[in-house]
Amino acid sequence: MKAAAIRLGVDIGGTFTDVVLEKEGAQFSTKVLTTYAAPENAIIDGMQQVCAKAGITPNQIGQIIHGTTLATNALIERRGAKTALITTEGFRDVIEMRTESRFEQYDLNLTLPEPLLARQMRFTVTERVNARGEVLIDLDRAEVEAVVDRIAKAGFESVAVGLIHSYLNPTHEQMIRDVLAEKLPEVSISISSEVSPQMREYERFNTVVANAYIKPLMASYLGRLEDRLRDEGVGCRIFLMHSGGGIISIANAADFPVRLVESGPAGGAVFAAHIAARYGLDKVLSFDMGGTTAKICLIKNQTPKTSRVFEVARTYRFKKGSGMPISIPVIDMVEIGAGGGSLAHVDAMRQIRVGPESAGSEPGPACYGRGGERPAVTDADLVLGKLDPANFAGGSIPLYPETSKAALNAHVGGTLDMDAVEAAFGVAEVVDENMANAARVHAVENGEDLSEYTMIAFGGAAPLHAGRLCEKLGVERLIVPPGAGVGSAIGFLRAPFSFEANRSVYMKLSDFDGPRISALLSELKQEATGFVRTCDADSPILAEFKVYMRYSGQGWEIPIELTEEQAMAPDAATFLARFEEDYAKLFGRTVEGMDVEITVWSVNATTPPEQVARVAIAQDTTAVEGNATRQLFDPASGAFLAASVVERSGLETGHRVLGPAAMTEDETTIIIPASRDAIRQPDGCIDILTKGA
Amino acid sequence: MVKQHSKVSYQVMWNRLISVVEEQAQALVRTAFSTSVREAGDLSAGVYDTQGRMLAQAVTGTPGHVNAMADAVAHFIRRIGRDNMFEGDVYITNDPWEGTGHLHDITMVTPSFHGGALVGFFACTAHIVDIGGRGFGADAASVYEEGLYLPIMKFAERGTVDETLVRIVRGNVREPDQLIGDMYALATCNEIGHRRLIEMMREFDLGDLDGIAEFILENSRRATLERIAALPQKSASGEMTVDGFDVPITLKVKVSVEGDRILSDFTGSSGLDKKGINCPLVYAKAYACYALKVAIAPEIPNNHASLLPFEIAAPENSILNAQHPAPVALRHIVGHFVPDTVYNAFDKIVPGLVPAEGAGCLCNFQVSLRPRSDAPAPAHARRSEVLTFNSGGSGARPDFDGLNATAFPSGVMTMPIEATEHAGPVIIWRKELRPDSGGAGKTRGGLGQFMEVGAMEGHEFDIQAMFDRGDHPARGSRGGKNGASTTIAQDDGTPMRVKGKQFVPHGRKVVMAFPGGAGYGDPSLRDKAAVRRDLARGYISAEVAHRDYGLAQSEINAVEAAIAKGEDV
Repeated sequence: MKAAAIRLGVDIGGTFTDVVLEKEGAQFSTKVLTTYAAPENAIIDGMQQVCAKAGITPNQIGQIIHGTTLATNALIERRGAKTALITTEGFRDVIEMRTESRFEQYDLNLTLPEPLLARQMRFTVTERVNARGEVLIDLDRAEVEAVVDRIAKAGFESVAVGLIHSYLNPTHEQMIRDVLAEKLPEVSISISSEVSPQMREYERFNTVVANAYIKPLMASYLGRLEDRLRDEGVGCRIFLMHSGGGIISIANAADFPVRLVESGPAGGAVFAAHIAARYGLDKVLSFDMGGTTAKICLIKNQTPKTSRVFEVARTYRFKKGSGMPISIPVIDMVEIGAGGGSLAHVDAMRQIRVGPESAGSEPGPACYGRGGERPAVTDADLVLGKLDPANFAGGSIPLYPETSKAALNAHVGGTLDMDAVEAAFGVAEVVDENMANAARVHAVENGEDLSEYTMIAFGGAAPLHAGRLCEKLGVERLIVPPGAGVGSAIGFLRAPFSFEANRSVYMKLSDFDGPRISALLSELKQEATGFVRTCDADSPILAEFKVYMRYSGQGWEIPIELTEEQAMAPDAATFLARFEEDYAKLFGRTVEGMDVEITVWSVNATTPPEQVARVAIAQDTTAVEGNATRQLFDPASGAFLAASVVERSGLETGHRVLGPAAMTEDETTIIIPASRDAIRQPDGCIDILTKGA
Repeated sequence: MVKQHSKVSYQVMWNRLISVVEEQAQALVRTAFSTSVREAGDLSAGVYDTQGRMLAQAVTGTPGHVNAMADAVAHFIRRIGRDNMFEGDVYITNDPWEGTGHLHDITMVTPSFHGGALVGFFACTAHIVDIGGRGFGADAASVYEEGLYLPIMKFAERGTVDETLVRIVRGNVREPDQLIGDMYALATCNEIGHRRLIEMMREFDLGDLDGIAEFILENSRRATLERIAALPQKSASGEMTVDGFDVPITLKVKVSVEGDRILSDFTGSSGLDKKGINCPLVYAKAYACYALKVAIAPEIPNNHASLLPFEIAAPENSILNAQHPAPVALRHIVGHFVPDTVYNAFDKIVPGLVPAEGAGCLCNFQVSLRPRSDAPAPAHARRSEVLTFNSGGSGARPDFDGLNATAFPSGVMTMPIEATEHAGPVIIWRKELRPDSGGAGKTRGGLGQFMEVGAMEGHEFDIQAMFDRGDHPARGSRGGKNGASTTIAQDDGTPMRVKGKQFVPHGRKVVMAFPGGAGYGDPSLRDKAAVRRDLARGYISAEVAHRDYGLAQSEINAVEAAIAKGEDV
């Protein structure tokens, strides 16, 4: 990627729109409230603010990278277009029947989430392709035309097409697309063999329906945004962050808006990956904790881990299975309902439970004094001395410890015979344990041992909890970067242009067909490279090859990375050796005598990663005293300790703060546990290490 | 300090144990070979104290395994003997009576040692594809014909796997590689649980699990007893009749709420069936307990203390207390009807809480495909076994409609048809909701589904049908109407039976309609907006909207006009 001199990163979040401008290595950032009715207004406002700070005019901006939760929100809030689905006769209800199971077995009154399209919006045509991609029943054009006429009469704005086994043979989907385009040129069209050419009809149909559902909305928004920016004098190109951690052109984003879902969190992971590169760290756990949720992601070799499917819009306590599966390339993250606003209560077993219900910003935690009566995580943090009541959010929001204590006593302490401090300790420990458990399970699923990892923490609530989380996970090193409040938007500026192309094709190693494999991978490479080329005409483009393999008979594939050489001159022995190596790492042992098969083929085309200058770690450190002390609860020993209070902005490179300490800044407070010390590094990061390590 | 340590850290440790067993279960899902485990979630995993009392169980899994596996570890302790347990040991069984109800479930138990001392056990159970014998089906006359029997024994001693056992297993089953793979997957998942437990014990400096065990069991016991004490202390009877194999089976129960326990007594139920749909008591207990627990104490985690107050009785050698050597391979069919039977009684104790009857047992079938025998088969034709899991509709709840095509009480999932068609030369021609199959009511029963199955050109097949509710549809509750019955036939009209292995010639399809759940309450009281919505979506036909719900023709016309305009109703 050619480095434009001045670049702008814009992240539209649920509450705030974050804007970051980078000019000759300097960053200028702002947060403005998201303007739901016309999200582009907040962008323009934020852009003007940062331009003023940087002393430039918008026409000097060389590149804009944008990420947004608008696509996600439209799916959650069901604010999409009037959309129809055309599918194979006999399979009208795939998106409604889901997995035919209950995601919560212990709830007699469970209700399942409604599909995006009610049954009368789903049309069928007679046709059939088999599992080898052969046509069993031809598609009749006259029948398609009749269905299209009904769709026209009903006034649908967008149409999704999803046929059985279309990932193997897309000709029928393409025929339907052509008829639609011919007869209804105004209607937006999405076909599953283009949006998500992967096996498993529920995921694929749901993905194409989601794409169709948000396509008119996103296309219109992106068009308006381009116009507004032109009006402001912006002459550069605009690119979009996608969920896989790369950037695509605005035209591709308008065609495949479903790929924008989760672009904000993906930016956060890219941000953490960039910090990892600066410090030369190969094993990093990124931890992003805000007001309602916490997100955890593994970053190996400075690259966030990716996945092929994820779930959006969970309807039941963030429970797996209660949302909609979307099969697109996505940065693999765990998200749990644990944030500063998460509310605590005591259940029938006298166990403290925290979240996923959140106090939100109104009324907010009890300590805000705005009528919140139930204790939130922030209340526990306040009672434990992690927050300064007089100095929260730069002193703009006064906090009331007494209302926190009252809420903790009423909803936790009373039942459990604990005083407010012990109740706060319990609440904080439970939420930290929940997050630690999520991180542990995620690590186990990926065959990783977290004790070898470094944590990078960002988001408003993360610095308050990251230290304790590290103690629980046996993580020795924690880095809190500057600009943590606008981490995602900074991440956008670090992302490469990239596009991942996937295809489901079954092949057993016993039927290994080298020429076919190299042809398939070449085709995928060409497809993916083509998308990237539209964004950048000159840069070299790297191809990353991945295949998903398993023992024949298993249901879960594991991703196997291949070198370009292994991919272009494929041989079965190499594929097997690579599979066995990774399988043994994940599950401890390989299985003798089983055939191995490949199910999904994937090529990610990307511009080379930005060359990151390694930070020169501060060698000589000077211990500094805080300007005050306060009582800070130490969960490891279960008692209050005298902790020094230091201002982050007053620290210089090499300054060392001994734990226990509270390091304050406008947006948050970094808690340094008694077990650790913190060093301010030259790039402004706070580097927190176990004492004596 | 000590006081604080105990209160807050026990809270943390309980959470941790639940997370540990979930990791254990996930490891099994990801490494298992059987479709039943990896796609359908037919498994369970748990951690036990040294007395064999279950402390925590993974959320992932199915209720059928719950109580059964909860009791299993005590059998292992008795059979193996504590003096004979060493670090690195792994134990195994598929005993239907000391495991989880049929030979197709393998249970593995691993003792957990810390600092040289036994501190607890990990156990897990998985439904495997094949265990030899006649294959998965109800056709056997005794358990001897249903496959290889593995008494409680050591799979590995001090880390060394018993190769003799492995050779015997390999020599007796149809898919030896897969089964051995599954056995290793089970052992691995216990090992993962063990490692996490030891990490926790180190972190909290624990020498044993006694303290945390007491904390978990006491809190669970107290919470469960509070729930039972709050119920009316009385008894009620219920019953239900289902198809059975050759003759109908009647399940009868008397549910008694008695202070600190709830007893479900199945005296009066049918005797043993000649075919393998009999149910060992452990499995009947699992579902009786599930039914009551989900109704009165759903959020209390499963463990020894929270399960203990749910007691069950059934006469020896009745359908729900089959004794060795009765055939039990398809014990799930009758077992899945236990909750509806229990609810039939419990509704008389606590009205307005439990649902009307649903489809009950899963609508599973297995197809055994082979090259056609009536004419020369093409060269690519091959033999293959394909098992699918499918669901009918669940019963209407007092305040909510039943769930369409969703398993209850079972917790398993269906497989994508695209994946099924890759597993063998089978073609699923149809899998969609079955309109008008949900029983009418103030709340409507869940819809069943249509399925059509055939084979690729050049193949013929046997279908092993494992259905019920052909002659005995789900019965409506409090004025609600019955759900639709199961139907099955070939596409040329040739009739077929709801159970048993049946031949399907080349070129024919099997056309099936799976049952709907029953309705709850008088249909005329149903919210008219809900009736219009059901009509618009095609859950019900115009005829049913008019006949059962009294929707006027003008309203029907309005709904149809809205559909033509693409409007949601």
